[in-house]
Amino acid sequence: MTATTSSDPSRNEPSRVSRPLPGHQVRLGRERPLRLDCGVELVDFTVAYQTYGRLNADRSNAILVCHALTGDQFVAEPHPVTGKDGWWHMMVGPGKVLDTERYFIICANILGGCMGTAGPKEINPATGKPWGLSFPVISIADMVRAQAMLVDHLGIDNLFAVTGGSMGGMQVLEWAALYPKRVFAAVPIAAAAHHTAQNIAFHEVGRQAIMADPDWHGGDYAARGARPHRGLAVARMAAHITYLSEKALQEKFGRKLQNRAAVTWGFDADFQIESYLRHQGSTFVDRFDANSYLYITRAMDYFDLAERYGGVLANAFRGTATRFCLISFTSDWLYPTEESRKIVHALNAVAANVSFAEIVSDNGHDSFLLDEPEFHRVFEGFLDGAAEHRGLPRKNGR
Amino acid sequence: MTAPSHERAGAQTNISRAMRIDLQLIADMIEPRARVLDVGCGDGALLEYLATFKQVDGRGIELSMSGVNACISRGLSVIQGDADTDLKDYPDDAFDFVILSNTLQAMVAPRDVLGHMMRIGRHAIVSFPNFAYWRIRLDFLFGGRMPKSDLMPHEWYDTPNIHLCSIKDFVALCGEMGFRVERSLSLDSSGRARGIGAGFFTANLFGEQAVFLLTK
Repeated sequence: MTATTSSDPSRNEPSRVSRPLPGHQVRLGRERPLRLDCGVELVDFTVAYQTYGRLNADRSNAILVCHALTGDQFVAEPHPVTGKDGWWHMMVGPGKVLDTERYFIICANILGGCMGTAGPKEINPATGKPWGLSFPVISIADMVRAQAMLVDHLGIDNLFAVTGGSMGGMQVLEWAALYPKRVFAAVPIAAAAHHTAQNIAFHEVGRQAIMADPDWHGGDYAARGARPHRGLAVARMAAHITYLSEKALQEKFGRKLQNRAAVTWGFDADFQIESYLRHQGSTFVDRFDANSYLYITRAMDYFDLAERYGGVLANAFRGTATRFCLISFTSDWLYPTEESRKIVHALNAVAANVSFAEIVSDNGHDSFLLDEPEFHRVFEGFLDGAAEHRGLPRKNGR
Repeated sequence: MTAPSHERAGAQTNISRAMRIDLQLIADMIEPRARVLDVGCGDGALLEYLATFKQVDGRGIELSMSGVNACISRGLSVIQGDADTDLKDYPDDAFDFVILSNTLQAMVAPRDVLGHMMRIGRHAIVSFPNFAYWRIRLDFLFGGRMPKSDLMPHEWYDTPNIHLCSIKDFVALCGEMGFRVERSLSLDSSGRARGIGAGFFTANLFGEQAVFLLTK
């Protein structure tokens, strides 16, 4: 199997998905099924992915980017549904931190997602109907195992780096734990090694909002030609608040009114923040599937990396040769610095090679998606140092 | 992280010119290709020197974000952390050398920090300003106020240096903790290094700072 070296739609794998998506799609698990944590074996499933840059001759410059809860494989190009910039366009591209002139960037839609990878929205090959709630419950580790099958398919033994923020960071940690010899460098950003009660609580609010929508139809809305827009929008609104910081919200919106001089004494979006959240909710439903939201939030809630290792997080990394760089943000209260620090302590306990920086930012959890020069500098510095150790050329051919 | 400990890094940058000498002496004590942990590594100047000229496998701990970011951006492995609390997370004998340059006096529990350094490393290298230096003695004797110097430029009420000691004090502590002093140097005000040992009294009086290489 030759590795793909650019986003060339003509090299697409055969697709089972009727809706045409730009980029690549591959069918995996036909010879060897993917055994999920819930016990189910997934046979013959699709993974949709994008690549940027070129794989070098000795296949040593591949970086896997893991997306967050509502992200997808369109990391550095306009989104095919919304037309908006890729979610990490600031990070991925020529001369950028994830420099596509030096690195081969791979980003796949996660298992359970809704942009071409097997998930509740896709057709179950066994029945010819959408999976819906009959899709097996998946874990973060399952997502990573599916990614590993994709990386195999691309003919890559060792990834130079695996990186991602938020849930993407959880996948990075799973990669380092499950496949330590395949990950040269790991950069989990604004992440945690487990979901806290507060994290689970917010997700449960979102799931209940979706399931309370009469258009949800017990998850079978596709067959009834309906979509639980309202529930999904509320779920997005609640989650969106957790991605921001109180300070940023106050500075941006305060108690400012939306296109009016006084409150209306009703339930319109009087305040700008209300209008903003409604907008976030309504645009989200155009590009995301409600059942996917249920499955992915569940996978995050079940995530507890230490659990598999006798409750001792350090055991997940024992003997690792991976170079780690953890990055957190001061105003992130969803996955606060303390959670990153726990991972650092676990890595220290096994004498792993680890760097850690907490970036001062007012932008909350979402900081990893935004223009944060210090974050970019640290990330690039780490990658550059790792590249030198990996025998890859440094920036500007140094 | 406490406010005073944040100033530790500041204290180091203030004395960066004087630091160069003790950093060089420390670097000279380190074997090529050793595993090194630099506690309070600042902007990573020593780690970078060791990586470049001695091919060491280096790690750092630094409290200040500016220091950490400077280090990582230079390709060094550094974590943001506090020596007073974070050293306990490292396993026994993980490093060949654990370095504490001009930071001991700013530790909340210097004895514990030294204990952890010797537990984590085969060797510890410690440099510190000597509080028994003659100018400091004279300052206090005739001035009657808390002494200040290039190495300790802070006012008594905002100094990060909370556990100052003399060369004599440090040697006594090492004896008490059962650490062997493998090498020791004192630096006079012009940066000349002299071996401590036979000239113990002289070193304690004329050494402005000291560098110790300790072994279990």
